[in-house]
Amino acid sequence: MSSTAPQRNQAPRHTGLIRATHWITVISFVALLVTGVEILISHPRFYWGEVGNSLTPPLFKIPIPSSRSTVPSGYGYVLPDQNGWSRYLHFEAAWALMLAGLVYFIYGLWTRHFRRNLFPAPADRTWAAFRRVVARHLRLLPPDEADARSYNVLQRITYLLVVFVLFPLVIWTGLAMSPSFNSAVPWAVNALGGRQSARTVHFLVSVSLVLFLVVHVLMIAITGFTSRMREMITGGAARSEEHS
Amino acid sequence: MSNISRRRFVKAGLATTAGVSGLAVAAKLAHRYGLVPPDSGGIFGPGETLTYAAHRIFSQHSLAREFPRNMISKDPFANSIAPLSDGFKRLQSGGFADWRLSVEGMVAQPATLSLSDLKTFPVRSQITEVVCEEGWSYIAEWIGTPLHEVLKSVGVLRQARYLVYFSIEPDWWDSIDMEDALHPQTLLVWAMNDADLPVSFGGPLRLRVPRQLGYKSVKFVTRVMVTDQVKGFVPALDPNSPNYGYSWYAGI
Repeated sequence: MSSTAPQRNQAPRHTGLIRATHWITVISFVALLVTGVEILISHPRFYWGEVGNSLTPPLFKIPIPSSRSTVPSGYGYVLPDQNGWSRYLHFEAAWALMLAGLVYFIYGLWTRHFRRNLFPAPADRTWAAFRRVVARHLRLLPPDEADARSYNVLQRITYLLVVFVLFPLVIWTGLAMSPSFNSAVPWAVNALGGRQSARTVHFLVSVSLVLFLVVHVLMIAITGFTSRMREMITGGAARSEEHS
Repeated sequence: MSNISRRRFVKAGLATTAGVSGLAVAAKLAHRYGLVPPDSGGIFGPGETLTYAAHRIFSQHSLAREFPRNMISKDPFANSIAPLSDGFKRLQSGGFADWRLSVEGMVAQPATLSLSDLKTFPVRSQITEVVCEEGWSYIAEWIGTPLHEVLKSVGVLRQARYLVYFSIEPDWWDSIDMEDALHPQTLLVWAMNDADLPVSFGGPLRLRVPRQLGYKSVKFVTRVMVTDQVKGFVPALDPNSPNYGYSWYAGI
């Protein structure tokens, strides 16, 4: 081992700020998901364009009962209305998520975390490298040496997609449903094709984020739940054999 | 090692002190500039205050989007209402000729206005979207008397901060701040899409607050009251209100 090895082993797998913003995001996301479902069941129909209601044909509908008797859900009963506290919590959690995201974003740019750890390394920016990682996953091979200390190209692309596409999109489409925000920034909703389009995209992006969450947790469980959790909670520093 | 941890400890201490005093100053400023909503207590208070304050800072004078005539919804959705009271039905049988709007509270000259009195004020027509908290929406043309014209005529006192407005139907009232009460698009609506405002949409008189969700646009309005504090008139905090538990500020 070179002389820098002990130092590298002492550095935590994830820095304190990454760990803190990660868990704030987790708590906010769960709150947003539960309350989002509660809000959704008051009108489980989706439309495209500016307007849509029970009298207009939906783009698609979720085949679940509704918490409103005015929705033609096809079920003979109405679920209890939980929108009051759900809406309060949804927007409070959205604030927590947005502020944590903002801190994380500034930190990621400032410390070059995005460039060093998320953008694929130059050697990995080839189809061959990409195919190699996908093949490893498909053959259900455990992560190799490098993967234990860094993210592989597939992980990097997924995280980039989540951090720079899905989260910004879900925040944007969420804001584009606010009548007061839209009065100040009308292009935010108009660019999406209208308020109902914003609501539909908000739903679809949320579904994508839930899919990411499922795969993310699954991969953690497969590659070692305890050590992955330790890395994200305490940083998991200085546990390697050569250091002790 | 101990040096580093001492430095870290001092740094953390300084950061905490700065954070706490920063929050205290922010809270004081927020109160002074009217950035704290009346339902700012409890666990949802911080989020609600952030939302209300952000809107009051960034969208205070902005106008709700207005749409071209060809976007008026062919299928507007009226939403369900509780069975109408006898008092309402009596006025309805008289063609609403005896419908009165009482303008009271912190005003120089309280007034009682009939629908034809209201129509002597400058008329405003606007094509805006009704947005329900449930998720659905429609666009309609709303024609009515800007509330600020009525308030100007009665002379709002300087200490006024909120407007409380009441439906003729029991337990149906709500309140908004003076920013929204004096907003040019806040209308006492008496016509919709070139006809009298239908009863199902709140006729003969509905207060439309287009920068907030539909539940703030109370139907069958007979009374507006200017006040300096809304205690007792916040539906979110009143178990008798149908909007109990729903945030007071609905501009989201």
